[in-house]
Amino acid sequence: MERVLTRNIANDPKPVNLMAYEANEGYQGLKKAIAELSPLDCESIVKDSKLRGRGGAGFPTGMKWSFVPKGEACSPGHKYLVCNADEMEPGTFKDRLLMEFDPHQLIEGMILSAYTLGADIAYIFIRGEYVVSIQRLRDAIVECYEKNYLGKNILGSGFSLEMYVHPSAGRYICGEETALINALEGKRANPRAKPPFPQVSGLWGRPTIVNNVETLCNITHIIHRGADWFQTLGRGEDSGTKLFGVSGKVNNPGCWELPMGTPVREIIEDCAGGMQPGLELKGFLPGGGSTDFLTSDHLDLAMDYNVIGAAGSRMGTGTMIILDDQTCPVGMVLNLIRFFAQESCGFCTPCRDGLPWTRQVLEDIYNGRGRKEDLETLAYQVKYIGGIGNTHCALAPGAMEPLQSALKYFYSDFEKLIEGSGSHKLNGARG
Amino acid sequence: MKGSVILTDIDSFLSEEELQEIDGELEHVPYKSGAAIDALKIVQSKRGWISDESLAAIAKHLEMSIDELEGIATFYNLIYRRPVGEKVILFCDSVSCWICGCEKALEKVSDVLKIGYGETTTDEKYTLLPVPCLGACDRAPVMMVGDELITNLDDAKIEATFNQASSREDC
Repeated sequence: MERVLTRNIANDPKPVNLMAYEANEGYQGLKKAIAELSPLDCESIVKDSKLRGRGGAGFPTGMKWSFVPKGEACSPGHKYLVCNADEMEPGTFKDRLLMEFDPHQLIEGMILSAYTLGADIAYIFIRGEYVVSIQRLRDAIVECYEKNYLGKNILGSGFSLEMYVHPSAGRYICGEETALINALEGKRANPRAKPPFPQVSGLWGRPTIVNNVETLCNITHIIHRGADWFQTLGRGEDSGTKLFGVSGKVNNPGCWELPMGTPVREIIEDCAGGMQPGLELKGFLPGGGSTDFLTSDHLDLAMDYNVIGAAGSRMGTGTMIILDDQTCPVGMVLNLIRFFAQESCGFCTPCRDGLPWTRQVLEDIYNGRGRKEDLETLAYQVKYIGGIGNTHCALAPGAMEPLQSALKYFYSDFEKLIEGSGSHKLNGARG
Repeated sequence: MKGSVILTDIDSFLSEEELQEIDGELEHVPYKSGAAIDALKIVQSKRGWISDESLAAIAKHLEMSIDELEGIATFYNLIYRRPVGEKVILFCDSVSCWICGCEKALEKVSDVLKIGYGETTTDEKYTLLPVPCLGACDRAPVMMVGDELITNLDDAKIEATFNQASSREDC
């Protein structure tokens, strides 16, 4: 298959500077847009491409963009484009690759997106721990200003754009787009109530679009090569390619670009080399820590948003976490709930108080102090903490996804621990 | 605690360099408190952490209450409100690292450095903190020591990381 997002990223990658990027069709999309396409043309192309957001939610990018007021419908003032590079979903390691090794691909995608939306200021909101990405993006932005790909009157088009890298001061919740906007404004990163949606009233009360790194990288190629081309890349119902990853006890953990709709089995067995010797696959989270478990019965499903959704999970970030038969599923869920309880912003009660309660129940079960009625308590928590609309944002419902599916598929592992015959000391034991 | 901070020279507490950098950030925000996190990061980069005095001085400079700035400073895990060692160890204990044995690696780090989470070595070289998933799950378990990402942690690698560091300084 054709590699698109990783065309400049070899198996043993070296970072690509402006010269190398331009030598491989870099900034051709930008030149084409400025010469031939109006912002409205670009928006139609993105809509027609059927690109869906790669940050986890899978919302159609063109539709998200269509809510931004444009032209005379927009009051005078700044419009913002924000790249969400706050990659912190447990088990997710795809945006790091794109930023460390091909920063110009992201920047070109951002310039094209800002041109389409009429945004004049762009931020890359990136987690502070990604020190290598931060430096390489900053270097790349300097190169772009020198070539007038950024700054005033870009390539004589009349369109101007300033771009800044904004390292975050931490916290998982900053990945939620309205929390991210609050963090950019120098506040605590509590999510905002919606509506108003950021497209209308976001950063400093101005229209703001927040898109994931991989989404914006795709824009580069969609504008350059067109919507029809992009749709042919997928193997199933979704268009384009995707970075898929596998972590856990497989022979060759990693991250690969594959067509949308690639079956799970091909990713785990062909790319990741299958399970390590002596281990069997017991389950997997298809797209990060806040997605529901699937099992070996689901290996032939296509990695498409709707297909994985119909199976009771979410494609999320497309980076799978593998549960092997020697790792305790209760321990794995406990690890995830502990993470989400710690990362709750504390704004609403079900999340702030509910998640630590869930963690406590799981700790009791995991450490041999569980009681039969704890399983009813967990089911109750899944229902009320996980219920959409019961919490201020999606963090707590996301946290409940691995738990509810673990109760569905691995119920007997919970029961065995409660009865005192559990096997979790085989691996991941706490002593 | 904050009430006990008596600053007679609060206006001169921040250095010229710090003030200059903070004022540079003010150009990008419509009101001063918008630069709160940037200001905290600037001062922390010079002093290693945010003391009560730093907090009070930044709050005054940005025309915020100390409590409001404290609410922001304590929200973010990369802003340190207590002194830290020369290098902070950000130890990933999220799910992929857990599956791949990070609990054993954490024990080893604790054994070598004689510190647990939240603690600093007696020579003030290292502070050990947990961190949300570091996004290097294909090379789990991982940790950051200062700005350096160290992957595929095992006993030998952990010993080499910290023993090399101490033997370099002995030379």
